[in-house]
Amino acid sequence: MLLNLKECKICFPIFQKHPNLVYLDSASSTQTPQTVLDAVNDYYINYRANIHRGLYDLSGTATQKYEEARKTVGKFISASSKEIVFTSGTTHGLNLLASGVQNTLQPGDNIVLTEMEHHANLIPWQKIAKKKGMELRFIPMNREQRTGNSYELGVSDIENLIDEKTKIVSFTLVSNTLGTINPAEEIIARAKKIGAITIVDAAQAMAHMPIDVKILDCDFMVFSGHKMYGPTGIGVLYGKKERLEALEPFFYGGDMVRSVSYEDATWADVPEKFEGGTPNIAGAIGLGAAVEFIQSTGFDKIQNHETQLTNKLINQLNSIPDARIIGLNSEEKRIGVVSFLLKDIHPHDVAEILNRDQVCVRTGHHCTMPLMKKLGLPGTVRASVGIYNTEDDIDKLFASLARVMAVFK
Amino acid sequence: MKQTDPIYKEMILYLYKNPLNKKQLADFDCSHKEYNPSCGDEIEIMIKFDESGKIIDIGHQGEGCAVSQAAVSLLTEEVKGKSKEEVMSLTEEEMINMLEIPISHTRSKCALLGLKTILFCFDRPSNKTN
Repeated sequence: MLLNLKECKICFPIFQKHPNLVYLDSASSTQTPQTVLDAVNDYYINYRANIHRGLYDLSGTATQKYEEARKTVGKFISASSKEIVFTSGTTHGLNLLASGVQNTLQPGDNIVLTEMEHHANLIPWQKIAKKKGMELRFIPMNREQRTGNSYELGVSDIENLIDEKTKIVSFTLVSNTLGTINPAEEIIARAKKIGAITIVDAAQAMAHMPIDVKILDCDFMVFSGHKMYGPTGIGVLYGKKERLEALEPFFYGGDMVRSVSYEDATWADVPEKFEGGTPNIAGAIGLGAAVEFIQSTGFDKIQNHETQLTNKLINQLNSIPDARIIGLNSEEKRIGVVSFLLKDIHPHDVAEILNRDQVCVRTGHHCTMPLMKKLGLPGTVRASVGIYNTEDDIDKLFASLARVMAVFK
Repeated sequence: MKQTDPIYKEMILYLYKNPLNKKQLADFDCSHKEYNPSCGDEIEIMIKFDESGKIIDIGHQGEGCAVSQAAVSLLTEEVKGKSKEEVMSLTEEEMINMLEIPISHTRSKCALLGLKTILFCFDRPSNKTN
């Protein structure tokens, strides 16, 4: 266990390979600790076999480790392992849900999302809404007099937007563009009152705050391994058992059936019903190791560390007259995903110069094009922190931003 | 930053701040708006041809980074007086060469957005007057 997060970088081999790397793009994808790499390698080197199939020992070990990972992930969010479906990522989970619930939807029903959704929690619902003749509704951001936008959802709008015709309420717990933590309890409470299915996109939250699905009381939750120090290509769909049982499968094929004739088939129990085909076994095992990595560090330490870095980021941006934060201006109700603009310099040009100093940030619309349009911006520069970042990283970012301003003076 | 790196040399920055042909045409034969979804850039091109099919006026609108704005400035100058066929024979390499700076793989979409927009524009006759 790490006593001091300042030394956390040594757990991540990429920083040994690139000692001057300033990685501030964890919201896009986090780096991978050695323990996760070891777990993935261990599978490929020591017990590589398919799961749920072979009678031989190797397959037994692989199955056991895969199912252990499911338990680890379940415990992490206070769910039973039967409620954990391994997916390829958040996008897969949301497409699975949109497809799986469609038979319960009628013309005239509505789906409620927010103005902050990532395209992954927007486009699948657009398709279903068009197909079913349903209305899409968006919980808007509060208007604020001074800057126009508050970058927070208007809680007072929830009551009216979610009505008796609302069948699905699907929203992001943390905005990947603004960093805002959304009022999940209020949204879910209102949705439950009228019996709508609630879906939480927790992709951006998982590595940064403790999440308990029993407290949230959502019906479904989706997230990705690669944003929480796990491998790419693995993610999770959590669902309350009865909700998962009522859902149609998404992939049909091997390993998701109970019995099959030439004419028909019946489905395996949850969660296997949703895991047709050979899953990402190494990825699931790696995700289990990533969860253990987060747990061994502890969220109290993670949050304390990341809040300090977020504060430093925000304070230093506020000290530059030409910088403008696109998001909440304090560490309250937000995580360390900080979007900003520098004068009228195009975000792409900012990132190009930062890259020359080995400072990695994301630019563009962050897969939230409607939100950017609403804010009237072509895009933003987004710096996002992870467990391995240090105050030195933030200093290097600002030294590089000073060079950007010198070029575009 | 490597001081020798020429991507933000004077010409590019000058064209970014003083773009050429950045105007709305009152009368045009075709127009098209194209996006670079990876960085949020958008460029709209309007073209007016003369009776012999040569471009007599071209305007662009939209927002973009220094590289895409400089590229569309240079390109709109380059295509004036040319026919559709002549413009269509322009290669991506020729476009990048106009900028006279090395363009990395990640920035090639910025450099080529204007050319892509013009080529799409040819297929979108509008006969509109603003």
